[in-house]
Amino acid sequence: MATARTRRSALPGFGITLGFTLAYLGLIVLIPLSATFIRAAGMDWGSFWAAVTSPRVLAAYRLSFGASLAAGAVNMVFGLIVAWVLTRYPFPGRRVVDALVDLPFALPTAVAGIALTSIYAPNGWIGRWLAPLGFPVAFTRLGVFVALTFIGLPFVVRTLQPVIQELQPEMEESAASLGATRWQTFRRVLLPELVPPLLTGFALAFARALGEYGSVVFISGNMPMRTEIVPLLIITKLEQYDYSGATAIAVVMLVSSFLLLLLINLLQKWSRRFQAV
Amino acid sequence: MKKSLTATLLALALASAATAETITLLNVSYDPTRELYADFNPAFARYWKAKTGDDVVVKQSHGGSGAQARSVIDGLQADVVTLALAADIDALHKKAGLLPADWQKRLPERSTPYTSTIVLLVRKGNPKGIKDWDDVINPGVSIVVANPKTSGGARWAYLAAWGYAERKYGSKEKAREFITALYKHVPVLDSGARGATTTFVQRGIGDVLLAWENEAFLALKEFGADKFEIVVPSSSILAEPPVAWVDKVVARKGTEAVAKAYLEYLYSDEGQEIAGRNFYRPRNPAVAAKFADVFPKIELFTIDDVFGGWTKAQHAHFADGGVFDQIYQK
Repeated sequence: MATARTRRSALPGFGITLGFTLAYLGLIVLIPLSATFIRAAGMDWGSFWAAVTSPRVLAAYRLSFGASLAAGAVNMVFGLIVAWVLTRYPFPGRRVVDALVDLPFALPTAVAGIALTSIYAPNGWIGRWLAPLGFPVAFTRLGVFVALTFIGLPFVVRTLQPVIQELQPEMEESAASLGATRWQTFRRVLLPELVPPLLTGFALAFARALGEYGSVVFISGNMPMRTEIVPLLIITKLEQYDYSGATAIAVVMLVSSFLLLLLINLLQKWSRRFQAV
Repeated sequence: MKKSLTATLLALALASAATAETITLLNVSYDPTRELYADFNPAFARYWKAKTGDDVVVKQSHGGSGAQARSVIDGLQADVVTLALAADIDALHKKAGLLPADWQKRLPERSTPYTSTIVLLVRKGNPKGIKDWDDVINPGVSIVVANPKTSGGARWAYLAAWGYAERKYGSKEKAREFITALYKHVPVLDSGARGATTTFVQRGIGDVLLAWENEAFLALKEFGADKFEIVVPSSSILAEPPVAWVDKVVARKGTEAVAKAYLEYLYSDEGQEIAGRNFYRPRNPAVAAKFADVFPKIELFTIDDVFGGWTKAQHAHFADGGVFDQIYQK
């Protein structure tokens, strides 16, 4: 059996690399996560259920998942435009703009949070114009969304860029010469190629937004029931010595994020069926 | 050659060990005491050097009082803790048995060498005409305060407002109405006292900051008396931020004597002066008299008077499902 398998694979070293992969994932990902589950397993069902379904916690889940999904979706649209412009058109200063995209990656999140807050606060550069119009941003849910959009952008752009690079302009030219309108070319020729990386980028941005803490706590105002995100609630529970309550919330967060990411991956697999061969 | 170098190093090490020791203490404290201990630590080091010949280096750690207590429970090697409220030091006993239950009886004045209170900080000229607690819930006034679940100072502020209302209107129901109305005026809940001050002072959010008295004075000193002014309410709470040495840690490190002396020195004339200079109210009446013109006279009630102590106050107001949670769940 074993010899049959090694003969079949042209690449050597499968066994050792798989072993290494599993050991590494176990050490870096699974062991810390399982500690969370073990902590939560110490609770009985009644108190676990009470901890994760209190109105304040539910409000935080709604905000965290809602704002992360919205920010991911917005980044999908605008990230596509940014990636497209940066890869397709040469223009002066392109490298500088390209480097700007990475800034949300590199900036410590607390710095991002403080910067965004001082800009969007009612006395800030942008906030002072928006607040009188009835759009206060800092210390509202909108502020949470703005921060999450900021940190999610590079994920979409950087996932799309290599794919757009590989798309050959000849494909669009032949579509046009065969009589396709611009919209048809986009819809039928380009989009099928772009959907899988778009979904990947969305999933990354979404996952990052769910766990984001540093930048959000500055801009959200942290009001119970209104602008509290789940990570903040976990920290708050810890500071009240409620370790089991905090881990219960974390477990629900982990399981639901895992299911959502799994769903996105399946969606991505399914979307490949429509790719032009 | 090599041998002689090793010998020299060894001799040096032995020599330095024989003459004077350098002792390192870690003081885990809450947010607004940075300036106080930056001032106090060198003074204590001089005193200890003169007394014993040993050098003491005191390292500081600051943060929200609850968060700091949790770090110590989780294993931060604090020789002494100087936190915002007794409940957080109680937690060190209850959750980890790091010190005995009666820790508060080990030092004078229930282990609080200095006190403070909660005052109202408003913008220059007091545009909203805030004179006392009642005015902070006037229409159009926005209040900045930290989240009492995580911030010690914010808990004192909550209790100060509640105590004022209960004593003035004569019932818990009225006090609850007042506190509910008050938090309706709060647009931002920072997690610590310093964060709330920053929101008020630097972001320009809100008309009034419910602040530690020392934090309010510090804001005036740092940002100028031309921008803010302190409004002293008719009554407020006597805030008692306590101190304790952590038995388990000092026993292992062998620093019990110096840790104890460090805290006791807070009660000395010099320690009390330093507290007063940093806008904490000294306990020692003689030293307090020197600062009489700094600290305005306020009628101060204690947590025991109005709430029957920390344990009861904590349970009724700040525990999960307590009064504070109910305010937001309506």
